[in-house]
Amino acid sequence: MSGYLDGNAAAGALSEVFVGDITTALGRCAHCGRTGAMATTRCYLDPHGLVLRCPGCAEVLLRLVEGDGQLRLDLRGVSFLTLTRP
Amino acid sequence: MTQETRTARTLRLRLPGLTSHRPGQHVDVRLTAPDGYTAVRSYSVASARPGDELELTVEELSDGEVSPYLVHQVAVGDQLEVRGPVGGWFVWDPADPSPVQLIAGGSGVVPLMAMVRAHAAAGSAPGYEAPFRLLYSVRSPDSAYYGPELGDLAQPPILTVDYVYTRVAPAGSLTPPRRLDAPTLLASIIPVSQNPAFFICGATAFVESVSDWLVQAGYPAERIKTERYGGTGVTP
Repeated sequence: MSGYLDGNAAAGALSEVFVGDITTALGRCAHCGRTGAMATTRCYLDPHGLVLRCPGCAEVLLRLVEGDGQLRLDLRGVSFLTLTRP
Repeated sequence: MTQETRTARTLRLRLPGLTSHRPGQHVDVRLTAPDGYTAVRSYSVASARPGDELELTVEELSDGEVSPYLVHQVAVGDQLEVRGPVGGWFVWDPADPSPVQLIAGGSGVVPLMAMVRAHAAAGSAPGYEAPFRLLYSVRSPDSAYYGPELGDLAQPPILTVDYVYTRVAPAGSLTPPRRLDAPTLLASIIPVSQNPAFFICGATAFVESVSDWLVQAGYPAERIKTERYGGTGVTP
């Protein structure tokens, strides 16, 4: 893997956790305050899950880890999400 | 199944229950080995078919865990574990009347082809009247996907297709092979004055170079949507 993908690539994995497409939601970085669509974040994949990082300050926004039949979601770096109702 | 190039194959899948697909979306394919090891990879949808079918075009990566199987081994009638289509951000919306500039690096053309095909289908929304332009950076004529179909669909101004060949130029071409650079890019795209919507897909380095050149040339960053694919990190 060459570094990172777009947050867009996490749409499938996050669809197991959220109702609707969270990649089109606006998220605010708790570290630097940058606000943008979650699809525009940087997505790092590994065999156990994924990490989304802020494209502005590179801090962790979200972690999703899969293992032993469980999904663990860590949203520490997102101070809020704004979703548009379909 | 169709062989697109020596290293790429188009697979047609039937997804029971599939009701809709938006051009630009992808699916996640999960393969599970006999020992339980699993690998998930995302592949862009190349074409929405009527009913519950869609097509993927998969490029074989030499170090890939999933793509060699999809390009060489999977056979008609086999079952795959597929999630999607997903992703609502990197999609063309036919309700948007903006001109659209598509920029592809190598196999990054796949989701952009889904947009081209959707745009070519008759529709009443304003987006169907908007001009589309595709700039396709590819190693050689042999490694380009969808060549004949793009040739048929290219009817300026409704669809204009420009190629940049990075390793081998077509026979008789007056332009030697070259990597895409900023002057070539800016000479081959819809001008700033028309405020086009951009969709750029390719290897990470390609996407970032192109995005940077566009912003430096005065195109607004918020009009640029990107999709980096993983893979080898080699610029096409």
